[in-house]
Amino acid sequence: MTFAYATQQLLVGFVVTLELFGLTLVCSLPLGLLVAFGSMSKFKIIKFFTKGIVWIVRGTPLLLQIIVVFYVPALLFDMSIDSRLLAVAIAFVINYSCYFSEIYRGGIEGIPKGQYEAGKVLGMTKRQIFIKIVMLQVIKRIVPPMSNEIITLVKDTSLARVISVIELNRAAEKLVNVYGILWPLFYAGVFYLVFNGILSILFSKIEKKLNYYQG
Amino acid sequence: MALLKITNIKKNFGDTKVLKGIDVEIEKGEVLAIIGSSGSGKTTLLRCINFLETPDSGDIYIDDELLYSAPKDNNLSEMQLRKKRLNFGLVFQSFNLFPQYNVLQNIMLAPKLLISDQIKEKTKVLKKNFWKAPFNTDVRIEYKNEKEKLNIQKNSSKQNIEENAIKILKRVGLEEKMDSYPCELSGGQCQRVAIARALALSPRILCFDEPTSALDPELTGEVLKVIKKLKDKDNTMIIVTHEMEFARNVADKILFMANGVVVEYGTPAEVFGNPKDDRTRSFLSKNEEMQTF
Repeated sequence: MTFAYATQQLLVGFVVTLELFGLTLVCSLPLGLLVAFGSMSKFKIIKFFTKGIVWIVRGTPLLLQIIVVFYVPALLFDMSIDSRLLAVAIAFVINYSCYFSEIYRGGIEGIPKGQYEAGKVLGMTKRQIFIKIVMLQVIKRIVPPMSNEIITLVKDTSLARVISVIELNRAAEKLVNVYGILWPLFYAGVFYLVFNGILSILFSKIEKKLNYYQG
Repeated sequence: MALLKITNIKKNFGDTKVLKGIDVEIEKGEVLAIIGSSGSGKTTLLRCINFLETPDSGDIYIDDELLYSAPKDNNLSEMQLRKKRLNFGLVFQSFNLFPQYNVLQNIMLAPKLLISDQIKEKTKVLKKNFWKAPFNTDVRIEYKNEKEKLNIQKNSSKQNIEENAIKILKRVGLEEKMDSYPCELSGGQCQRVAIARALALSPRILCFDEPTSALDPELTGEVLKVIKKLKDKDNTMIIVTHEMEFARNVADKILFMANGVVVEYGTPAEVFGNPKDDRTRSFLSKNEEMQTF
């Protein structure tokens, strides 16, 4: 097996990894905000319901959640999910929405009450206060924990192999099994490392950009 | 005729009675200083006037017109409250400037939002009229003209807001700081920006909640100077303060509160020179003791 062949195989897997990563991010960033609002809701039913879901999702392994999403609908309702990637993506979106929601909640609740009150006495609506005053301050606060979570997401995508989605790690494992050599696994590690390196640079750029003010 | 009249305001937090029936009146151009020890309910009263707290009972009149009547109005919508709030401005003890905006943006934000809301409302009405007869040429031409007018109005008011903001900044002596961010300013400068921000909406009554309590003595002076200047411009103000000398020199009326009731109310000469109540006397003498340290 040549190096070029391994590279090609891993790239195919990497595309799947990227798809899963992008899909999860695009869906769970907004969904997480929704969950965060739910867990801060004045209505007790909504609040406890969302908090319960967050508890379950954060309290069980993601690996298990993937299996549940893929197998349980088929077993219970005879509704099988055709695309394995879709099943994994659903599990990831649910899982990461819950984690993101807690980061959002921390960010939103960390904004001093005085900011809301200042907006109120200046005649702003709740919506204007959130969009014009609170949001950017929240973003600044949550960039570091978010980047942490997003980098974890990159590595978590390797869990998709549990239902035989051939992502980067699984592609490497296949080479290992077929050719009896170990190095494709390390080579896959380099892919993760480089990708996370790029993300880290991106996040530190965002952090720097928001550093024009303090507090 | 009183500009602001407050009658029988009561407020409880749980079982604690913070305000036990407060009556206050202010004439236009008058400065009222509210003094009293911590926990006497001064700040709560101010927050009730600005609708940051909802009083349990009591009425608030502006120009003898009923503005707010508790508890009847306690479940007013945020929108309705917002209109009532604009009668008042409030300067906080902790400034509460918006850290992500520079000084000028801090001042212009609220007026800009207000104008754009007004324009949006008008555009809505226009659109509604237009869709009643979208194929009528006259209607269409009128719609176009009106929209053009609104656009012009929008641009000119934006310019007005900026000119006004700079004018106010000059008044508080910070025009050279208009591009600075709050984190780059001293406490005194922050508070002056906060005052400018409140002034930009030209409230009828400007309230101050212990505006100098977070400042060291050196910076207190510059803020008090600005407030004094506002008095000379005939602004109506309510100031909750611990600065007795300032209250004596600047206020037209002094209101001394203790345990949620008005103990003494009168001109500075009356309250400071000849206090009638024992509680006022002991409060003032304690304050004087502090001065002699």
